[in-house]
Amino acid sequence: MNYAQFTALLLLLPLASFTVLGIWGRKYIRQASGIIGTTVLLVITALSLYAAYSYFLVDGQTNGTYQPIIALQLPWLQFGYQQLSIDMGILLDPISVMMLVVISVVSLMVHIFSLGYMKDEERYSTYFAFLSLFTFSMLGLVISVNIFQIYMFWELVGVSSYLLIGFFFTKPSAVAASKKAFIVTRFADLGFLIGILILGIQCGTLDFMSIIERLTNPQSEAYIGMTSTGFLGLSSLTWALILVFMGGAGKSAMFPLHIWLPDAMEGPTPVSALIHAATMVVAGVYLVARLFPVFQLDEIAQNIVAWTGATSALFAAIIATTQTDIKRVLAYSTMSQIGYMMFALGVSGYGGEAGLGFTASMFHLFTHAFFKSLLFLGAGAVIHYAHSNDMLHMGGLRKYMPVTHATFLLACLAIAGVPPLSGFFSKEEILLAAWQGNKAIYFIALGTAGLTAFYMFRLYFMIFWQRDKHYHSDHGEAPFSMKLPLLVLGALTVGTGFIPFAQWVSSDGKPFETALHLDFSAAPIAMVVAGIGLAYSFYRKENDKPARLSAALGSLYRSAYNKFYIDELYLFVTHKIIFRFIGRPAAWADRNLVDGTVNGLATSTENAAGAIKGWQSGKVQHYALYFFGGVLVLAFLFIYLWK
Amino acid sequence: MLQDLLILMRAELMLILIIFLLLFLKLGSASLRNETVMNMVNGLLLVVLALGFLVKDSGMIFGNMFRTDDLLRLEKNMLTLGTLIISLQSYQWLKKHDQAMEFYLLMLSTLLGMFFMLSAANLLMFYLGLELSTIPLAAMVNFDFNKKQSSEAGFKMIVSSAFASGLLLFGISWLYGTTGTIDFSGLAASLDGSPLQLFAFITLVAGFGFKISAVPFHLWTADVYEGAPVPVTSYLSVISKGAVLFVFTSVLYSVFHAMGTVWYNMIFIIAVATMITGNLFALRQDNLKRFLAFSSIAQVGFMLVGISGQSREGAAALIFFVLIYIFSNLAAFGVITLVSSASGRERISDYRGFYQSNPALTWILAIALFSLAGIPPTAGFFGKFFLILAGAGKGNWLLITIAALNMIISLYYYLRIIKAMFMEHNASPLAKVDIPFSPRIALAICVAGILITGLYSGAYQYIYQLLS
Repeated sequence: MNYAQFTALLLLLPLASFTVLGIWGRKYIRQASGIIGTTVLLVITALSLYAAYSYFLVDGQTNGTYQPIIALQLPWLQFGYQQLSIDMGILLDPISVMMLVVISVVSLMVHIFSLGYMKDEERYSTYFAFLSLFTFSMLGLVISVNIFQIYMFWELVGVSSYLLIGFFFTKPSAVAASKKAFIVTRFADLGFLIGILILGIQCGTLDFMSIIERLTNPQSEAYIGMTSTGFLGLSSLTWALILVFMGGAGKSAMFPLHIWLPDAMEGPTPVSALIHAATMVVAGVYLVARLFPVFQLDEIAQNIVAWTGATSALFAAIIATTQTDIKRVLAYSTMSQIGYMMFALGVSGYGGEAGLGFTASMFHLFTHAFFKSLLFLGAGAVIHYAHSNDMLHMGGLRKYMPVTHATFLLACLAIAGVPPLSGFFSKEEILLAAWQGNKAIYFIALGTAGLTAFYMFRLYFMIFWQRDKHYHSDHGEAPFSMKLPLLVLGALTVGTGFIPFAQWVSSDGKPFETALHLDFSAAPIAMVVAGIGLAYSFYRKENDKPARLSAALGSLYRSAYNKFYIDELYLFVTHKIIFRFIGRPAAWADRNLVDGTVNGLATSTENAAGAIKGWQSGKVQHYALYFFGGVLVLAFLFIYLWK
Repeated sequence: MLQDLLILMRAELMLILIIFLLLFLKLGSASLRNETVMNMVNGLLLVVLALGFLVKDSGMIFGNMFRTDDLLRLEKNMLTLGTLIISLQSYQWLKKHDQAMEFYLLMLSTLLGMFFMLSAANLLMFYLGLELSTIPLAAMVNFDFNKKQSSEAGFKMIVSSAFASGLLLFGISWLYGTTGTIDFSGLAASLDGSPLQLFAFITLVAGFGFKISAVPFHLWTADVYEGAPVPVTSYLSVISKGAVLFVFTSVLYSVFHAMGTVWYNMIFIIAVATMITGNLFALRQDNLKRFLAFSSIAQVGFMLVGISGQSREGAAALIFFVLIYIFSNLAAFGVITLVSSASGRERISDYRGFYQSNPALTWILAIALFSLAGIPPTAGFFGKFFLILAGAGKGNWLLITIAALNMIISLYYYLRIIKAMFMEHNASPLAKVDIPFSPRIALAICVAGILITGLYSGAYQYIYQLLS
């Protein structure tokens, strides 16, 4: 079938919606702007689902393999260098079609949720205009046919997320956060840009399909050229891949480029659900998956991907156990889950069963998008009701917010990996791939799974159970527009796990069978149960007062009779040992070393600027001196030294 | 012969005619209103522009001292367009000025000088053009008669350019001494890279470096930009710089290709120093004009990265970027001119909360700054990408990494202004600025240019094809 028209609509519609809302929204159609934006997204979602239906079920397959389809290709520029041409187009293959579905469905849910959540904002129409812009950029990113196009949309995604994170621009922290996010990801993009240039110049093309085709052929000129030249002991292929991955790691908030993500929580909560849960932050994973046939050729690059992912997964999970800001816990948990997707790619082989890691990574991306945006939207509803971000100000909310409570619980179970919810299946595949690929990473992932269950249920119990904090809310749980997305996403959280993902998405396009291994699942499930149990015993009721803890320590024997003694011991272990000796140093390293380096760079740049200021004295005779000095230095360099 | 002269030199002849017309009007008794003069000159500039596009021709005259072809015509058209935009933008400022006619006399003389410089096929012609485009500029810088800073800037400009011209002439005489010719084609054939010629080349680079404010020949820039009236600053930083960059590129590529390695290394060093210094200074500036002066120094560093590609792509990327730079920088200066002539305020801190009172101007300035920072979908993104791609063709990844790092630093300070305008609340923001018809047209041209030039690839391809 012909995909050109309706896939082009996928890009044109949100762009049109952005233009209309941006130009006329404020003055003429303020009230209608939410409805317009949402309707456009509804159409886009329908189109994406139709695209997925026809690609996966009707005509995507030829000879038992899913082939990439170039739905549209417009030659945009013929750049002279070795006939380098740049095209703009639309590429449909299993992963891009899957991403279309994820982005449009989550974006639609966020639009609907925002109808209620942002109702009283003064810049209501601007908000929806920015959402349209973001959706446009993100859709453009995933359907890119070449690496220049993806870079362009990549930066556009950065701009639109800058606008959205800084949406509450009267809050200084929001402004600082948006700027930090923009600059840090832009810093990572510096690597991406250089990686693109190396690939483009060495392969003589920027087109994804041609790059993959040339580099996977060991006899090709491009492959020989890239593997025989090198720098600092690494071949230029390795360098190019590492640099491209650096861009991906920045967008996907991988350690140590993750520092912008927690701060970015200053944006409106639905925005976090869209950008920081399901779409933009997985762009890095998508980028690696897009170039996966090339990545799997290079062992060093693969190992870097795997270990960056594993480190981030564990690191973020540890920090998440110590946070009390509800959105920050979710932010760290996102980072941790993306770490899973990343190392799954890193440990994966290519083709058939060996490519399980690839499939698992994409599967987890898919399921995670729904349950994590559900968590963020649920958190949004909670914040809307309790007027606070801090878990310490919450408790007992299950009585007031039954729908939110039920869906939030579902999402927590899913992210923890409790069968038969979606997160269980995808995480199980990832663990299996890690077991086959790299045992060390498997054990890290297993430990992280336990931690995940613990901190998610810590969050859950502290919000919905514990003592009632007496809320002065002037409204009920939430309007229907906010409940509906929760229910839809809840249903997806339950249902998506049963999709036979390996039938559709695999590293080489050929479907393969995956099966559950009950004996293999035992260890992860045991970890999850332990994590949840621990959280239950600590946080089901409020009992972690530091004063009581020290009192308990002072009268050890009296506590022996106490039923809570075990709890207190666990509390001691977690708060005094795990939190203090692992969690706090991790958080400290995060705050001081990683943040500090970035801040330090900024400060030293400013100091350098101050130091050379003496140059600019305002006296012409000094200027003449420097001028002639410059000539002499150049003459010295090039006539004497260089000769 | 006469026909050739009329067609090949039509842009120059038109400018000379306008200059004489203005001179006679000035000397005559009729007293014209400033608005009339401005509208007349703008109309005539439009005619020059149209003539530049309409007739195609190429050839050499005056004993092979003056040449023209499609590429030079395009470059001249770009400069004319830029001058026209600046002329439209200076409407508010010039309306109240006593000497509007003289301002145009000076400005058009410098433009004429640039045209001759571009068309020069001979070092002497080039030198004459360069001087004609520099000396009147110093007088223009001095055009805020009642501001002491302005006269100081004018003085600094004339003295500094005297150094540069002296060195340039020195270099030219060495070149003549060693090769016996001052023809570009003759020079290209007989240069052999002897130390004496190298030294001559260095002084030549210093002369060019002065005009494009490359480090370490840039020190005059900040003071002069700050002291000069805003339209003159924008003229200096865009038109004058653009013209010299065109000539610099063509001289490097066509005359000095025998010394390719030397000039590559030299451009490498200068480009790195220029980007870093420009950016570090720009970080600290609070005066917007001074800020743009330093950021434009950094932009020149990027253009040198493109030039260092030593390829057809490099030259095409440079010309393409200058076009984008004209639109982006003039859009920024256009807004600053309006604000400065309405309120006299030029500091970044004055722009806090600018969005509250002037949303349209804020958006224009933001688009311009995004383009200068190289953010898609503005043209600046494409321009910078091509420059860096051309530079990367040489495989010098150190230079490319430094360039990319500098792009991030520059993003930081461009965002600072955007943040001040949009995100910082101000109890008493700048008053609403009224935008008269002429500046409105100028801003519309610039914004359209920023948004279209990048996405429409034809512009780049056209330039590339002209370079064959």
